[in-house]
Amino acid sequence: MSPFLFWCFALLMLVFAAAVVINRNPVASALSLVVCFLGLAALFVSLNAFFVGVIQILVYAGAVMVLFLFIIMLLDLRAEKLRKINWVATAGGTAVAVVFLAQVLSIIRRFSPAQQAFPPLTGTALDDVRGIGMRLFENYNLPLQIIGILILVATIGVVVLSKREAR
Amino acid sequence: MVTLGDYLTVSALLFTIGFAGVMLRRNIIIILMCLELMLNAANLSLVAFSRFQVQPNGASNYDAQVFVFFIITVAAAEVAVGLAIIVALFRARQTTHVEDLATLKF
Repeated sequence: MSPFLFWCFALLMLVFAAAVVINRNPVASALSLVVCFLGLAALFVSLNAFFVGVIQILVYAGAVMVLFLFIIMLLDLRAEKLRKINWVATAGGTAVAVVFLAQVLSIIRRFSPAQQAFPPLTGTALDDVRGIGMRLFENYNLPLQIIGILILVATIGVVVLSKREAR
Repeated sequence: MVTLGDYLTVSALLFTIGFAGVMLRRNIIIILMCLELMLNAANLSLVAFSRFQVQPNGASNYDAQVFVFFIITVAAAEVAVGLAIIVALFRARQTTHVEDLATLKF
């Protein structure tokens, strides 16, 4: 992928990620998150991870975001009223985030493979679904089944949690 | 030329935005969205490393993409449970503002 497209999608993703945090209206935040996930899916495709890009769009931009919007609609949330901002907590939170970012960036700068470009792929370009499927069912079969149980437990848990208790 | 470091930098920025959102916002639903941002930043790093480590047969290292698959699955389950808890909480308290939920505060 050309560097121009990479920086376009990266910038799009980061701007809309910031919009998620900055927007006061939860619906606007949720829609910004959808655009952010679409940019992220484009970055996955730029890394030749087509399968991951597709499930990113299907699962996140599709299912998860619809769930978020549905809950926002169900709870009838309005834009938050301006509360008194706790300046100490805000400054503390920002400082922790900035220190964290500086630390990670200094580690990336000292990590020598980070300066290298990606080596070219010599296999067939569209083979990643087969590769992931083989790994998933041969090497990671037990984790796959545990994930299946986890989803079953989550489904039952959600039904139990959202059942109205008779009092 | 796009290097591995560029992808890792973008991933670090995305994680920090999500982290700052968790620290600064007071609406539980927004906090849950910011958690999703952080999970996705980890996914971006994993996929970048997967593409960087080309295997002898000329393909990406698919182990990392299997991890991404698991992370997305667990994140979807987490969102479903989290939103159900928020609905139950809203039913009991009529608020999604974390500062109104101080029962467990010491």
